[in-house]
Amino acid sequence: MSTDTLHRIDTVADDLIGVEVSCTHCTLPVPAGLVDRTRDQQFCCSGCATAFAILHEHGLDRYYEFAQKRAAPVLASARRYEEFDHPAFAARYVVTSAHGIARTELYLEGVHCASCVWLVERVPLIVSGVVRAELDIRRSRAVVEWDAAAVSLSAVAATLASLGYPPHPFRGVARDAMRTREDRAMLMRIGIAGAIAINVMLAALALYSGELNGMDGSLTRFFRWISFGLIIPAFVWPGRVFFTGAWASVRTRALHMDLPIAIALAAGLIRGAINTVADSGPIYFDGLALLIFALLVGRFLQQRGQRMAADAAELLHAIAPVRARVVDAQGVHEIPADALLPGMVLDVRAGESFAADGVVIEGSSSVNAALLTGESRPVSVGTMARVFAGTHNIEAPLRVLVEQAGETSRIAKLMQQVAESAGRRAPVVQMANRMAGIFVAVVLTTAAITWLVKWRMQSAHALDDAIALLIVTCPCALALATPLAITVAVGRAAGRGILIKGGDALELLATPATLVLDKTGTITEGTTELVSWVGDARLKSVVLALEAGSSHPLADGFRRAFSEHAEGALRHVLHDVKHVAGCGMEATVDGSSVRIGSPRFVGYSANGSAVPIVPALHDAIGSMDRTLTPVFVSIDGQIVAAASLGDRVRADAAASLKTLRAAGWKTIMLSGDAQEVVDAVGASLGFAAGDAIGAASPEEKLAFVERAKLRGRVVMVGDGVNDAAAIAAAHVGIGVHGGAEACLSAADVYLTRPGLDGLVELTSGAHNTLRVIRRNIGFSIGYNMIGATLAMLGVLNPLIAAVLMPTSSLTVILGSWYGRSFSRARVRSAS
Amino acid sequence: MSVLYIVVPLAMLIVGGAVFAFVWSAKSGQMDDLETPAVRMLHDDTE
Repeated sequence: MSTDTLHRIDTVADDLIGVEVSCTHCTLPVPAGLVDRTRDQQFCCSGCATAFAILHEHGLDRYYEFAQKRAAPVLASARRYEEFDHPAFAARYVVTSAHGIARTELYLEGVHCASCVWLVERVPLIVSGVVRAELDIRRSRAVVEWDAAAVSLSAVAATLASLGYPPHPFRGVARDAMRTREDRAMLMRIGIAGAIAINVMLAALALYSGELNGMDGSLTRFFRWISFGLIIPAFVWPGRVFFTGAWASVRTRALHMDLPIAIALAAGLIRGAINTVADSGPIYFDGLALLIFALLVGRFLQQRGQRMAADAAELLHAIAPVRARVVDAQGVHEIPADALLPGMVLDVRAGESFAADGVVIEGSSSVNAALLTGESRPVSVGTMARVFAGTHNIEAPLRVLVEQAGETSRIAKLMQQVAESAGRRAPVVQMANRMAGIFVAVVLTTAAITWLVKWRMQSAHALDDAIALLIVTCPCALALATPLAITVAVGRAAGRGILIKGGDALELLATPATLVLDKTGTITEGTTELVSWVGDARLKSVVLALEAGSSHPLADGFRRAFSEHAEGALRHVLHDVKHVAGCGMEATVDGSSVRIGSPRFVGYSANGSAVPIVPALHDAIGSMDRTLTPVFVSIDGQIVAAASLGDRVRADAAASLKTLRAAGWKTIMLSGDAQEVVDAVGASLGFAAGDAIGAASPEEKLAFVERAKLRGRVVMVGDGVNDAAAIAAAHVGIGVHGGAEACLSAADVYLTRPGLDGLVELTSGAHNTLRVIRRNIGFSIGYNMIGATLAMLGVLNPLIAAVLMPTSSLTVILGSWYGRSFSRARVRSAS
Repeated sequence: MSVLYIVVPLAMLIVGGAVFAFVWSAKSGQMDDLETPAVRMLHDDTE
């Protein structure tokens, strides 16, 4: 046997046992059918092949030397991003300088590692005319500058997309600039306050140790003046925020944490200054400097944690489509959805969403309106049928005459309702804020009483003791207690695929209440899956061969279920494939005529007579679940197989709901789907008879939540636009994986992993977080009581105060970090 | 110990310099993105 033959046998064996070949570009396994032994490079899809060709052509092969590779194939897309060149787009997103250099910010999908930064920033080498491309990897945002005369933005966008980073316009430039300014100002304050605090404490260390060892009088005076000189800038720059906050609190007559802070700071500074000049008594400057620093850090942490979660949700927003294809005298072209006007004609292909409300003027197809109505089964539409923006065209291309676009479309009106509900939502008085109010009152009264009593007793240091009390009880630890615990919890939750936009949501989720869940997409998977199949297994490849070219959701269900028959399907020879909208398909497969589709379509022949059914199927057809969509298959005028497809309940739904109920939550299912479907799902998941409500319109869902709110706290979980108003109205709104944009913006919490177990983790995590907060507050109040008692007795010397204050803060920091809120293990987010 | 009268103000001057440098870097946006530059410096640009 020659080596050549051996080699060939090896190769054949490789193919037979399916040794994995990995894609040169994305390193994922290449499907056996696509492996081409004659080439050096193997690609899993045409997208990856295109990306490789672009890189290779421009001498950027170094990309493949990076250790980190993309973990997803580059999806080939024929999108040309024409809408990026439209004047309406430019007016909103593009800034052009005097030299003809245009600049915009784009959100890029799929950037995650060092090689992405490298590749995106090499775009100027790939597309001539691009001046600069700079990526901020944490925010997934790229700044692109290009010569408007040399290249169009659509060309840049298409290149980015073919490299595997589909771009989306970034909608919040103005707000983002404001945030950046705020962040920088905060950072500067913290930096200055920190530098001053450390140096004042060094001086204080010299003073304390000098007190014990008998330091030279003039040297003591020198260090006191140094401290005084240092504390002035800390008040003038970073400390000023507390005085403005306190002033606002006085003007609005609401007790705010800033008020006692400002009073303590002012009293401490004045008394310290007087003592410095008089050269006797305590100076407090070390405590004050540390206070300013710690309080600023607490605020920064709180702001940042919540912002990062909001940013992540924002990215998901940007992925919603913003373009439409318009047909006019010049042909078909893409424009931004914002530029649509009534009277225009839209071209909507199968698999796309409608960009405006309108009337079908050409074609017939079926539409998935689940986003708007919650109905999981597609509805057939023909000419003159009304379609709505945001719903999904499934089967065939349609031409739609636009009637309502932009703000007047049904979905936009629904969104206005969402915004109104969100605006009406009563502000939550956080536990920490309530505590702060009481705390402020108590501290101020105690200090006043201390001073009054001691002054009556003719004590020499009545004022000093009152000030010592104010400073030592300064809510350093208290101010850190809640933000720290929430920051840690929000950060860890994000690592677990749970994005929390506001800390108050955690507080509201900590104890059981009423939990209202949407059905389609929340409890169920929201996609059509094969549930049952009766018939010869050999027919599966025939079904797959027929359905391969269809974009109908039922076809998707068959493709997913029969994926292992893909190779068998390729062997069938198909002729005369015909799609019959709303009915099914027919074709000649290997010489026999095959029909697949609804029982009405397959069950009757062209002349109206009933088609015979194979005896083995009789029982199976009789016992089919009425909530599912039945599909029959006939070969040469005889029904040989029956399948039923439907929206499957998520695998973890039953267990998660059981855990939630055991924890005390009252669960209610509220769906826009037909009552019989809701009843069937409800019964299988153990919902009580009246707790599975179907056929609810978005408006009815909102009304239901409003009614339920009268009886107590309501948490609404959903995924669609039809849930958005209810989500915004509920005390806490939760959006689930795959949810619509409207739902994301209304929700307080967004679960990025599929399934309901995230909900279980969220509620138990919230419960634990609240416990950590309570413990923190308990600790800091305990420390404050000790400090206050010592101060009132007049035995609080500066050294004890200097030890007490940082220890209380440290306890709170450690308590927050090691407190059990969410699990520290990260999960890969599915988005 | 009289050396402290010179050394401490000198130390304060150095701190002032450090604070100034920090304020300048924050103002010019060097603290806005702390992740990407760390990654970017790994790509030595010879091409």
